[in-house]
Amino acid sequence: MDFLNAIVALANFVIIPAVAYGSQLALGALGVTLIYGILRFSNFAHGDTMAFGTMVTILVTWWLQAQGITLGPLPTALLALPFGILGCMALLLLTDKLVYRFYREQKAKPMILVIVSTGVMFIMNGLVRLIIGPDDQRFADGERFIITAREFKQMTGLQEGLALKTTQGITVVTAVVVVALLFWFLNRTRTGKSMRAYSDNEDLALLSGINPERVVTYTWLIVAALATVAGTLYGLDKSYKPFVYFQLLLPIFASAIVGGLGSPIGAIAGGFVIAFSEVTITYAWKKVLGYLMPDSLAPDGLVQLLSTDYKFAVSFVILLIVLLFRPTGLFGGKSA
Amino acid sequence: MNESLKNTALFLLVAVLIVITGVSQSWNAALLILNMGLVSAIMAIGVNLQWGFAGLFNVGVMGFVALGGLAVVLVSTDPVSEGWSAGGWQILLGLVLGAATITAAVLAYGRLPKGRTRALAVLAILVVGFFVYRAVFDPGVEAVEAINPAGAGNIGGLGLPVLLAWPAGGLLAAGAAWLIGKTALGLRSDYLAIATMGIAEIIIAVMKNEDWLARGVKNVVGLPRPLPYEIDLQNDAGFVASAANLGLDPVTASTLYVKLGYSLLFLVVLLMLLWMAQMALKSPWGRMMRAIRDNEIAAEAMGKDVTRRHLQVFVLGSAICGMAGAMMTTLDGQLTPGTYQPLRFTFLIWVMVIVGGSGNNFGAILGAMLIWFLWVQVEPIGLWLMQVITAGLPDGSALKAHLIDSAAHMRLLTMGVLLLVVLRFSPRGLIPEK
Repeated sequence: MDFLNAIVALANFVIIPAVAYGSQLALGALGVTLIYGILRFSNFAHGDTMAFGTMVTILVTWWLQAQGITLGPLPTALLALPFGILGCMALLLLTDKLVYRFYREQKAKPMILVIVSTGVMFIMNGLVRLIIGPDDQRFADGERFIITAREFKQMTGLQEGLALKTTQGITVVTAVVVVALLFWFLNRTRTGKSMRAYSDNEDLALLSGINPERVVTYTWLIVAALATVAGTLYGLDKSYKPFVYFQLLLPIFASAIVGGLGSPIGAIAGGFVIAFSEVTITYAWKKVLGYLMPDSLAPDGLVQLLSTDYKFAVSFVILLIVLLFRPTGLFGGKSA
Repeated sequence: MNESLKNTALFLLVAVLIVITGVSQSWNAALLILNMGLVSAIMAIGVNLQWGFAGLFNVGVMGFVALGGLAVVLVSTDPVSEGWSAGGWQILLGLVLGAATITAAVLAYGRLPKGRTRALAVLAILVVGFFVYRAVFDPGVEAVEAINPAGAGNIGGLGLPVLLAWPAGGLLAAGAAWLIGKTALGLRSDYLAIATMGIAEIIIAVMKNEDWLARGVKNVVGLPRPLPYEIDLQNDAGFVASAANLGLDPVTASTLYVKLGYSLLFLVVLLMLLWMAQMALKSPWGRMMRAIRDNEIAAEAMGKDVTRRHLQVFVLGSAICGMAGAMMTTLDGQLTPGTYQPLRFTFLIWVMVIVGGSGNNFGAILGAMLIWFLWVQVEPIGLWLMQVITAGLPDGSALKAHLIDSAAHMRLLTMGVLLLVVLRFSPRGLIPEK
């Protein structure tokens, strides 16, 4: 019984939150990695792109809610998500046309593009703050839980409860669907194949008649979709605050680099590596160990390796370890 | 128009802008802008050293600036003797043990033959070391933070003159930069960017949460200052008399006196650093740095140790940022870790360097003064603009209220547009590199 309780406690406090957070990071990291693979720079504006897409989703959600349209037990935001994606697509295509294309034609150094992306970051950040303000926004509605801790206890008779939030369920399901769609697109369609070809070897791709501008446009469209979905899921699961999205940049970059920049599978793996390490290292293990160990050995303290305030440090240390020992990442992305 | 004339004109423009502020708003506001502009100029010199001379993309400026601020607390405040006797030494011992663990792990990694034994040994050292470190460190922290948490709860500083904190801030930042540079330099250039961004966030997290160090988010206020307090000046009969001679009331005169004093101090430091940076730029060392920047492979083929030079310039630039951070905290008179924002302390400095002209020290200074002026003044201008735009809307309309409320966020937008416009149409900045 104690063993089961320990497993339930572990699932409740570590596995479920980490899977949800990992899915969100993976979606974010996929966007970063795609831009890196195709456009060949680290996009510092990605966090704010997520914030922008989510903001459009939130505004549409509010409008739908005001019209009395809801999805019943599911959050209305899911209904608004396509509009958010469209808004984000429009913004990214516009930035590409106004800003990035010029440097692409100049064949500017990647560093210059990174600096340009920080300029874009300022603008997007300013836009989001101008439109929705810097404060916390709540937009989740519908049923809050799939299973509450109390129901689970009654069902199983265990001491420990297991709560599964609707947002966590939706996060995982959506992430699986989106990733499946993305891989289908990249591996099975002509455009997807041309994108991969372009990412592998630009010159060969150009020689074989692939239109680079088309590849770039598709990349931005996909990145907009990924960023908005990731941002909305994160916002539903936690809460929406523009500044938090800027801070997500670090774990997202860490995920993409840990997996190997330019490698989509790596981005997903990296997302989960970072999420699981963050949650396990900042989780207080007292409860789980209390069930597993005999009473005499039960720990006195919280058995928390690191306080949650340092969760950034965890992704950072993992990033450093990977950079030191395997600079191309777990799945061998690009290194130069 | 010849070049030096144009440059002088640009500097004069900034001076005129500040004078206009003085005449139209108040001289206190103008001096505030000038002082922060001078501090920003020092930060810009540091970033310019890294980016303009060596092409290193450091997005951790905020962290080094914050370390400089920490140095002010650690150097200039009085030691809290109860804190030291309760657990200060234990904390130090814990930190030493932690550092020893990492050193031992690095040594073991370097010395032992490759294989599973090495991996296990390094892991064992780290795990055992971590628990020993926590066992020593945690009780010490608890003991220190328990002492008078409302007023102290930290170990305090050394009680030295505050001016010493400026070089100390530089040293602290240099140490952090050495650690980060040692690991991240020599890898791809954008990895350095991400690594520095991470270290900056961690430095801020440590400063916010380690209350024993500098009281965390409880802030340290009333830091010692190198100049007299306004209230003492107002009570000084001689000062009041000379203020009256100038036709000023004693309150205004005392605030202006103190601010001007800071301006002079900052100007001295700035000129010193500018002179050093100029000499460095002209020296063989500066030529070598630029050669490395322009073509690393060629420089390496000529026998230059690229990674070592990068580390050197990275540490130097970060030290300058740390020093500027210490000066800023001295000017504020308080350390508030919650106010360090990457957009304001990292990316804004970048805008300054790029707008001013990367690779040119005068450009960096000009950019810093100009951008800081805009950063301060865009808010009132934005408010005015919003009021003009919304003038047609009825009073009390939600849109009008929203637009006027959000005028404060115009500055981010303006900075982004400015950066992109300069990068596009004048990528070498206002005063280009020679």
